[in-house]
Amino acid sequence: MNLDTLLPNLGEWLRGTGPESDVVVSTRIRLARNLADYPFTGRATPAQKTEIVSKVKDAIARVELPFKLDYHDVPSMSVLDRQFLVERQLISRELAAVLEGPRGVAFDVKESASIMVNEEDHLRLQVLRSGFALDDAWADIDKLDDALESRLAYAFHAQFGYLTACPTNVGTGLRGSVMLHLPALGLTKQIDKVFRALQKINLAVRGLHGEGSRAFGDLYQISNQVTLGKSEQKILGEIKEVILTILQYERQARAVLMKERKQAEQDRVARALGTLGSATMITAEETMELLSVVRLGIHLRLIEDVPATAVNQLFIQTQAAHLQKLVGHALDGEERNAARAKYLKARLRDLGSHR
Amino acid sequence: MKCQRCPKQATLHITEVLGEERFEEVHLCEDCAKKYLYEPQLKKQAKPGAAPVADAVVEDAPAGTKCPACGITFLEFRNHGRFGCAHDYDAFKPELLPLMESVHGDTSHAGKIPRRAPRTATAQAELGQLRQRLQSLIEEEKYEEAARIRDRIKELETS
Repeated sequence: MNLDTLLPNLGEWLRGTGPESDVVVSTRIRLARNLADYPFTGRATPAQKTEIVSKVKDAIARVELPFKLDYHDVPSMSVLDRQFLVERQLISRELAAVLEGPRGVAFDVKESASIMVNEEDHLRLQVLRSGFALDDAWADIDKLDDALESRLAYAFHAQFGYLTACPTNVGTGLRGSVMLHLPALGLTKQIDKVFRALQKINLAVRGLHGEGSRAFGDLYQISNQVTLGKSEQKILGEIKEVILTILQYERQARAVLMKERKQAEQDRVARALGTLGSATMITAEETMELLSVVRLGIHLRLIEDVPATAVNQLFIQTQAAHLQKLVGHALDGEERNAARAKYLKARLRDLGSHR
Repeated sequence: MKCQRCPKQATLHITEVLGEERFEEVHLCEDCAKKYLYEPQLKKQAKPGAAPVADAVVEDAPAGTKCPACGITFLEFRNHGRFGCAHDYDAFKPELLPLMESVHGDTSHAGKIPRRAPRTATAQAELGQLRQRLQSLIEEEKYEEAARIRDRIKELETS
């Protein structure tokens, strides 16, 4: 499969639908698994990594799954294609650019499930859903895990559970993450309060691209830190409970905004659309900040003619690798800012002509 | 006292033994302490005059804790934060238990078990879960259910 065919698609996590999608962008669950008879990826020889890849490919080909997974080899992939898959949340930055040797990723055409091979762990299974859907995501990944396990012998320990290269993932190997759009809590300066409460109960808050990344465009990922000593259901239940509380806070903050400064919000949304539609140079960060304002405007019904999916489309297509694929050649920083502005202007004009 | 790395309150006070009668005190909050415990010890070498101390730490490390399967030492694991292979979990078990307790607040898995796991491993894992369950049932004074769990434990232990 040529990766360019994915370009016009939105991918599962950006469909903009699903439960609570006014606040919850997407849900992700990943499972870390290792094969029993090999050293962890960090200590495996290139020959062993090749064997691991072929075993996993063979297992994927033989098991019955509700979707077809296609395997893509990372070392033979261009830097641009790797970055493209990172932007689509199908592979990690580590798999793309830091790790070495035989490695790759298998994913389905809907981009709802992916399996990274030879990341920090031999296998990193991931399921993505749009909206707040931890139970559905768990049902899917549990099945995927069972199917692979029927063909592959996992490293499992009677006391410690699923063994992982890093002890912070051992046990269930499960990380559940929910991506939230929290512009109103940001505007009313309540966001720190919320996150301080989260840290007390061992949940982590990260930016869009995971560990160490800044939170752009009011997007935050909430995920569990503890993986040992609690069942999968319990871990997911704890995340769920917290998300429901944050949802409530964000909706309250939005209600206050509408009550106390509707006119000012209307103005902010109109200006954000104006800048997006008329700039001739624009960075990815500024684009994300402005799209965040527009997204909030849509959910507050301050604008009627821009669909939520259009914001997601603009959001993904204006990221560096996507933009270069759209244009068809490499662009440096300044050229990217110009190309981004040009793309936004054209797309918003299209949207406007349907008004 | 404030954490030395972030504005939170320091709740863990770690005394690093750097060699003969040389100590370093570190005051950290829980989160920073977790990170600290995984940090490469070598970072300390960067401090002026501290180089011989790092060597001393290496020499002081118990030589016995080496994984027979992949050959990494516990110190190597501490330095990189990553294990070499699945056998490390048994090779370093005594050192790992306090680490698991501080990271996860627990030392035993309580979740999914692979269907293909050998019967003994499955039984072991189930035993661990049942013992936890028994403990909490007793705390909740639900003795009737506790008795059933106790019988199941006996059954597994004798099989």
